[in-house]
Amino acid sequence: MAEPLFKVSGLKVALPDMTRKPLVGRAPLVEILKGLDFELPRRSVTGIVGESGSGKSTLGRALVRLIEPSAGSVSFDGRDITHLPDVELRPLRRNLQMIFQDPMSSLNPRRTIGAIIAAPLKQNGLGDNIGARVAEALKRVGLPEHFAKRYRHELSGGQRQRVGIARALALSPDFVLADEIVSGLDVSTQAQILTLLEKLADEMGLTVAFISHDLSVIRRLCRQVIVMRNGEIVEQGPTDALFADPKHAYTRDLIAAIPLPEIDGDWLKAG
Amino acid sequence: MTACLDISNLSATLSNGQRVLRSVSLSVEPGEVRALVGESGAGKSMIGKAVLGVLPPSVKIVEGSIRLEGADLGALSAKERRRVIGAKTALIPQDPLTALNPSRRVGPQMTDRLVHILGWAADRADKRVRQLLDEVHIREPDRVMRAYPHELSGGMRQRVLIAAAFAAEPRLIVADEPTTALDVTVQKQILRLIAQLQKEHGTAILFVTHDLGVVAKISQKVTVLYAGKVVEEADTAALFADPQHAYTRALMAATPKYTDPLASLMPVDEAVLAGLAAEIAIADHDWRPSLDRKSGHG
Repeated sequence: MAEPLFKVSGLKVALPDMTRKPLVGRAPLVEILKGLDFELPRRSVTGIVGESGSGKSTLGRALVRLIEPSAGSVSFDGRDITHLPDVELRPLRRNLQMIFQDPMSSLNPRRTIGAIIAAPLKQNGLGDNIGARVAEALKRVGLPEHFAKRYRHELSGGQRQRVGIARALALSPDFVLADEIVSGLDVSTQAQILTLLEKLADEMGLTVAFISHDLSVIRRLCRQVIVMRNGEIVEQGPTDALFADPKHAYTRDLIAAIPLPEIDGDWLKAG
Repeated sequence: MTACLDISNLSATLSNGQRVLRSVSLSVEPGEVRALVGESGAGKSMIGKAVLGVLPPSVKIVEGSIRLEGADLGALSAKERRRVIGAKTALIPQDPLTALNPSRRVGPQMTDRLVHILGWAADRADKRVRQLLDEVHIREPDRVMRAYPHELSGGMRQRVLIAAAFAAEPRLIVADEPTTALDVTVQKQILRLIAQLQKEHGTAILFVTHDLGVVAKISQKVTVLYAGKVVEEADTAALFADPQHAYTRALMAATPKYTDPLASLMPVDEAVLAGLAAEIAIADHDWRPSLDRKSGHG
């Protein structure tokens, strides 16, 4: 078995707690992630699930080094990136891409879709023949070429998220962080976006960290799952095994709380 | 028996003439929960707003009627209409943080309606709200009523609004995506609470949601909407056992199910959407609003 793409051990992240900041001086630190150990296997989609405040987004941001961990280590493709300075991170960035939750705020309203997708390409010295490269990126996510001339507000929610995916995948990265990418979408659009991501991850051999609050979606999409609560991992393992036999009470609670689209008179009473 | 809410042949347009509700008919019997389910743009929230008389000024009702326990809202004067709506209905909103005024304590916001709209004495309103806070399992009513909204958790805020909604014994509650912003474990508690109070108080609920899972657990009747048009209407049990419309079936197949992952997240078939577009074109063809109602409603 190949080396995992990410190896994380003892990961801690502490951020300043602005609600407790004194008038003069530094805000006290609050520990968001309390020592996490896990690996992300290559060419595989790993789900990270938890409720709000569990630290799942912070974990994602530490993986792509938008946040510097306060302790522990993060190794990416065999290299320790825990405290790598920005200058040395820059060449790695093309391999650490991110799809955001809300494309309405992650796409620049004043630039065309074409310019948005071209930006990372140009930055990485792929500015030649840019029109064709952008068209290719759009085609990959099922959008017609002429969308390059449009602006964010001219697109539907699903189309916007396709652009977010096109931008993240334009550089054929090794790793993509997808943070709640369908939580604002209708179920039918959600299904399209997730099917697209699944197909592209498979075709391009991507390693994906899929952050979601929705275990049903994770069940369908991810090969393994990490369940988080209060900055700690309560359970992790292959998706099939986790659903067949959840070991931790919290995982069982999470699963039991999902309202399945089927009639069950006892569901509301139980638990 | 008079229906608690009876919407008949309701059509609404935007100022540019675009139709946003297409001859919608539905009713909610006393003590019954009817789910109104659809995707964004289906008009489900708009129907809720029409019932509560809070449609945005850009939306005009051009046809049809809304009756609250027999009273035709369109036939009433604006003042009478506000009185009837205020006395008979209440709202549980989606986002309790925006529904509550951040600069006022929670307690007075809960009693406002009772005191100012229904004319209750302050101490009676206070007592009633405390009783309801107890019913939604808030054990420290004093602390909660003195708190500002930001000092409470999301689930707590939603409990407060549920208590406030039931406090005035409305005949009908419009619940507009009341659990969409909540974590799944909190959602379950809130759904349970709404179901309990609904049963105990015999309140009818029009439950607006996009989530078929929530529909299955909370409602007895369901109306499926698409682009402002009713595509299917059924007993909830019947809908899940044997959905009649292709769109309903497509929605079910698109909904993720952890018990059956391979039958989940199926994108909606193009043919289904084409069929819906055709249905709407037929419905709109030759449609002329019969402008036989009092203007200014909604």
